[in-house]
Amino acid sequence: MTARKSVVVTGVGATTPIGGDAASFWDGLLAGRSGARNLTEDWAADLPVRFAARVAVEPSEHLKPVEMRRLDRSAQFALIAAREAWKDAGFEGKFAEPGRLGVMVGSGIGGVTTLLTAYDALLAKGPRAVGPRTVPMLMPNSPAAYVGLEFDARAGVHAPVSACATGAEAVGHAVEMIRSGRADVVLAGGTEAAIHPLPIAAFANMMALSKNNDDPEHASRPFDVARNGFVLGEGSGILVLESAEHAAARGARVYAEVAGVGFTADSHDIAQPEPTGRGVAEALAFALADADLTPADVRHLNAHATSTPLGDLAEIKAFRKILGDDAEGVAISATKSMHGHLLGGTGAIESVATVLALYHRQAPPTINIDELDPEVTLDIVRDKPRALPEGQIAALNDSFGFGGHNVVLAFRSV
Amino acid sequence: MALTQEDILAELAEIVEEVAGVDKDEVQLDKSFTGDLDVDSLTMVEVVVAAEEKFGVKIPDDAVKDLSTVGDAVGYIQKHQD
Repeated sequence: MTARKSVVVTGVGATTPIGGDAASFWDGLLAGRSGARNLTEDWAADLPVRFAARVAVEPSEHLKPVEMRRLDRSAQFALIAAREAWKDAGFEGKFAEPGRLGVMVGSGIGGVTTLLTAYDALLAKGPRAVGPRTVPMLMPNSPAAYVGLEFDARAGVHAPVSACATGAEAVGHAVEMIRSGRADVVLAGGTEAAIHPLPIAAFANMMALSKNNDDPEHASRPFDVARNGFVLGEGSGILVLESAEHAAARGARVYAEVAGVGFTADSHDIAQPEPTGRGVAEALAFALADADLTPADVRHLNAHATSTPLGDLAEIKAFRKILGDDAEGVAISATKSMHGHLLGGTGAIESVATVLALYHRQAPPTINIDELDPEVTLDIVRDKPRALPEGQIAALNDSFGFGGHNVVLAFRSV
Repeated sequence: MALTQEDILAELAEIVEEVAGVDKDEVQLDKSFTGDLDVDSLTMVEVVVAAEEKFGVKIPDDAVKDLSTVGDAVGYIQKHQD
């Protein structure tokens, strides 16, 4: 049996509420900056939730007018992040071996603002007003397809969809795509652009969103006793994943290894997590086994922790169950306290954060914990970044989505 | 008052620039939409819908397939404007 291919991260790109590129995203994380703001648009006035975390970048400053016209906002974010990641990995222009380049970029909801804007036009002006590009803009594989077109990816362009687990799932499938030999390089990640009254009303009516309209910057407070729901964000994260061999052959800078992937499904309920955390625990165990890591190797967790009363605790319990006492030696960061919840984009920007944490040996802080939930007995990094130990260490990033999707990614320092 | 060929060309060139990302100076009467200006079939629908709105003419799908050059489109609009 031949040895399994190692997969490494050689480039990162991010369009997020606290930074328009990966470097400013990282600076924002270390500084403990919140990206949540009041929504001042007229349409927000009657909503139960009147704030969100908008991206810190104006897409039209990065894309040509014709690209702005043809791409849904979610694809705009993904294309900007993909170009950044591609350049960061040391690539230029289209890929030299198109048959060896893949794309794995998903979205939780797809081109929802395109769909709703087209429907408004249909009602106001009739069917002739529905643009011929509406379908290629609203389809959830559109961001993946545009990223593939940009770099001439022909090994397969895929768009996983698993609600809030999408971005992490994409990274996991990309790892498997490289391990199986289908591609040498894969652009992987997720994107979302759903700040529109309809999705906000829908999430608010599920009781999923914080309603702290008077204090948006302090609304996302994972692990705090007063947490009351997530803050909707938008943006995209894209990582360049590459077989270690391919990266070494071209002398690429390596941020970290993606050492293991764990996937499970709760198969319990369409929206509620399985109460014992069985699926989350199994995904953690699978990721550790796949990466050949022991609990003691794990020194950092970028938690899913969306700031909901039940979800944050279930995650912590599953983590302790699998890591045992070694869970106490893990610096846990809940970065949604700063950038909000990017739905399909969230696992991707949190993977970027996890990879940069290993590379820079710094765990970003969790902000807005005034009073830690007494049931959270693990080591949460609060308010200020924390140095991570030298030597070979591992970090985890987990993501869970409506539908019962659980994904755990295990990264190892290089 | 009817628009001249020159007026229609200038307005149409702006539409093509906005919709297709082609410099408006490139949009000349003898240019082919698909061959010279990279206006594919979807983009052509966008150009037609924008032109209908701008010039107040109806350009049915059957007519669109005969508009292979910018000159064809300008001629059609000039002939059918009220």
